[in-house]
Amino acid sequence: MWKSLHIDPKKCTGCLQCEMACSVEHTGVINPSKSRIKVFSFETEGRKVPYTCTQCTEAWCMNACPVDAIRLDAATGAKQVFDDVCVGCKVCTIACPFGTVNYNQDTGKVQKCDLCGGDPACAAACPTAAITYVDADWTGLDRMRAWAAKANTAVTE
Amino acid sequence: MGWNRKVLRVDLTAGTCKAEPLNMEWADEYLGSRGLATKYLVSEIDPKVDPLSPDNKMIMSTGPLTGTMASTGGRYTVVTKGPLTGAVACSNSGGFFGAEMKFAGWDMIIFEGRSPTPVYLYVENDKAELVDAADLWGKSCWETEEAIKHHHQDPLIRVSSIGLAGENQVLFACIVNDLHRAAGRSGVGAVMGSKNLKAVALRGTKGVSGIKDMKAFMKITNEKKKILADNAVTGQGLPKYGTQVLMNVINEIGALPTRNHKDVQFEDAGKISAEAMHEVRPTDGKPQLVTNAACFGCTIACGRIAEIDKGHFTVVNNPKYWGASGGLEYEAAWALGAANGVGDLEALQYANLLCNEQGMDPISFGATIGAVMELYEMGVLTKEQLGTEAPFGSAAALVRLAEMTARGEGFGKEIGQGSRRLCAKYGHPELSMTVKGQEFPAYDARGIQGMGLAYATSNRGACHLRGYTVASEVLGIPVKTDPLTTEGKPELVKAFQDATAVFDAAGICVFTSFAWTVADVQPQIEAACEGDWSMEKLNAMGERIWNMERLFNNAAGLTSKDDNLPPRLTTEPAKTGPAKGLVNGLATMLPEYYKLRGWTPDGVPTAETLERLGL
Repeated sequence: MWKSLHIDPKKCTGCLQCEMACSVEHTGVINPSKSRIKVFSFETEGRKVPYTCTQCTEAWCMNACPVDAIRLDAATGAKQVFDDVCVGCKVCTIACPFGTVNYNQDTGKVQKCDLCGGDPACAAACPTAAITYVDADWTGLDRMRAWAAKANTAVTE
Repeated sequence: MGWNRKVLRVDLTAGTCKAEPLNMEWADEYLGSRGLATKYLVSEIDPKVDPLSPDNKMIMSTGPLTGTMASTGGRYTVVTKGPLTGAVACSNSGGFFGAEMKFAGWDMIIFEGRSPTPVYLYVENDKAELVDAADLWGKSCWETEEAIKHHHQDPLIRVSSIGLAGENQVLFACIVNDLHRAAGRSGVGAVMGSKNLKAVALRGTKGVSGIKDMKAFMKITNEKKKILADNAVTGQGLPKYGTQVLMNVINEIGALPTRNHKDVQFEDAGKISAEAMHEVRPTDGKPQLVTNAACFGCTIACGRIAEIDKGHFTVVNNPKYWGASGGLEYEAAWALGAANGVGDLEALQYANLLCNEQGMDPISFGATIGAVMELYEMGVLTKEQLGTEAPFGSAAALVRLAEMTARGEGFGKEIGQGSRRLCAKYGHPELSMTVKGQEFPAYDARGIQGMGLAYATSNRGACHLRGYTVASEVLGIPVKTDPLTTEGKPELVKAFQDATAVFDAAGICVFTSFAWTVADVQPQIEAACEGDWSMEKLNAMGERIWNMERLFNNAAGLTSKDDNLPPRLTTEPAKTGPAKGLVNGLATMLPEYYKLRGWTPDGVPTAETLERLGL
C-alpha cells in the first residue's frame, strides 16, 4: 500500500525543520538550499505553505526524461531520479508543471522528492503535523472527518 | 564542530572585506554568539570609545547551534558598545538571517570604521562586497529588504537593515531582519547608522556540514524537541498566546508597570492582552491575530502575525499597513500600552508596525513616551513643544509621537535620545524609568523583587533577557519562589544570569529555558562541537561571560553606582495588588549579590574571581 505526503498549510509555522531534515537525509549536510521540499511564506497574508512533488501517476518529468533517469519506485510510488543515469539536461524541470524537480549545481544532476524510500524525513521532522505521510487513497480523510463533524452538529441541532 | 571557523572582517573606512580564521582558543572558552562576539569586541576596542564613532566596532555573530536542527537554532547576536547606555550592547534576534550566515560559510561578521557614503554588505557564500546604498538611504527596513532582493534578482536573500531610526541615530534604534524580527535593544541600530551601513544581505548555499556526530545530534535534538512540545509553556501557552500570555498574569500579581511606573496594575490590561488579540472585532468580524509563526528551526513558534483593523483611525487612509505583519509581543504591548495608560489594541499594533518598519525598539520608545506623558501632565512639557496634547491614555499622542520619533521630526528628535537624557534635560532625572540609561521592560520590581536586582545588575542596562527570574518568581520554573521577598534572590539572579549566557552563546532562544535547563542544552552542544563540553565547563563559561561583560563596563567608566534603580521603585510603595505597600529591596540584595559573584563591595571582580574564571 502506497502512502502520500499530505500537507496542511494551516498548521505550518514556517520553522523549516522539514527543509533541514530533507537536506540531511539526502546530502548529510544541514542545508535548506538543497532541500526538495520548500516552505513559501506569503507575508501579507500570514500564510506559510510547504510545497513538494506530489508524485504524479503520469509524471511529466518521467515522460520527458530522454535517458530514462526518472523511474517509478514500485514500493512507494515515488518517481525517483537515478543520479548515475541523469545527464543534467534539465528537460524534466521544464516539463514539470509544478516546479518541484530542480537542478543541483553541486551534483550536476536534477533532484526531486523520492519519499525517502518510504519514511519521509520532512514528515518526521515537522513539529506541528503540517506534513504527514498517509494512506495514498485517503489523503482527504482528515478533511472529510472535519466536514462530517459539522454535518453531525447540524443534525443534532 | 558546529563552527564554520571563519570570520568576515569588513573595514568600512577602507571598503574592504577579508576572511580570517575564527580564534578557536576563544571558541573553546566562549562558545559563540554573545560569548565569543563579546570576547572579540572587548579584545579589539577601547572601552572608553564613543559608541557612535568610527572607533567602535559592531559584530554580528552566530553560535554553533545556529543554522542547525536544534530547536530555535536560528539566533544571531549583535555586539557593540551601546550608545544608549555606554555599556556593552548585546542584542539577539531570531528570524532567518542568522542561519543564512552559517549557510554562507561564516560564523561572524566584524564591522569596523565608517563608510564615507552609505553602503550595504552583500554576501554570497565566500563572496563578500560592499555595495553602494545611496538609493536605499531614507528607506524603511521593509522597503530596503524588498529593494535588495529586487536588485540581485534573488527572493531567497535574507536581509538585516536599519530604517529611518537607525539612520537618524535614534539611541534605541534596532536592526530589523526578515521584516519583523529585531536585534532590538540598546541602540545597536544607531551604531550601524553611524557607520553608514544600511543593510547586510546574505545568501548561503553551503549549509552546516561540520556537526561532530550527526547521528547523535539528530537523536538528541529530537529528544529535546519533545520536551519543548510536552511542556505547558513552550508546547501550548507560547504557540497559542505568544508572550502576550503574560499580560493578565502579570497584571493580577500587581507587577504591570503602568503610567511610567506610577501604578502597578492597569485597568485596561485585558483590552491589550493575548485574549484580546484572539477576540473577534465588532468592526470587521475578524480577530487581530491571524496566526502564530516560527523563527528558523523553532518548534515553539511564539511569533505573532496580526492584521490591524483597516478602519482604525491610525491606518484608515494608509493601505500599506493593512496586510498581515508582525504582531504585538508582550513587551511591546506593555511598553506601548500599559506604560502610557493606552488601552487601544489597534493603536498599539500601529505603533508596533512603525517600530518594525523604521527599526525602533518598542520597549525603550514606549517607556520614553511614559516619561513624556508624565512630564506633560506635570506641565513641564507643553502641547506647543510636543506638537500634540499628550496625557496618559492618549492613543492619538502615542501614534503621533511614534511617527515623529521614527522620522526624526520635531520633538521626536528628543524622544529619540531615550528617557534618561530627556528627563535630565527637563529637570526631572528621577522620572526616567531606566537602569544605565536603558528603559525597563514589562515587570515592576516592587511586585517581582528579584527582577529589581536583575535589572540593576544587567550588563546591558534594564532588561528582562539577562536574568529572567519571573520564570521562578511567577511561573514556578524551575522552582516557585515568593515574588514579594528579597530572600534568596541574589542566588536566583546569579544563577539565571549565568545560565542565560550559555543559552545565548549556543545560538538558541532563551525561551527554550521555560522547559530546558543547561543540562538539556549541554548534550546538544556536545554532539555538535569538538572538544569537551561538560556541565562544569558550560557553567563556568556562563559566569565567565558575565564577568567579561562586567569588566568591560567597569573599564568604560561604569561603577556600582550604576547598579541602581530609579527612586520611584525604591521609595514609592506599590499602590494596589499583592505588592501593595512594598518597594523594591535592592539595597538588601545588592551586597549579597556582589559577594556571591566574588566581587568587592564596589562591584569589582576580585583577583581570585578573575583567576578562577580564567579572565
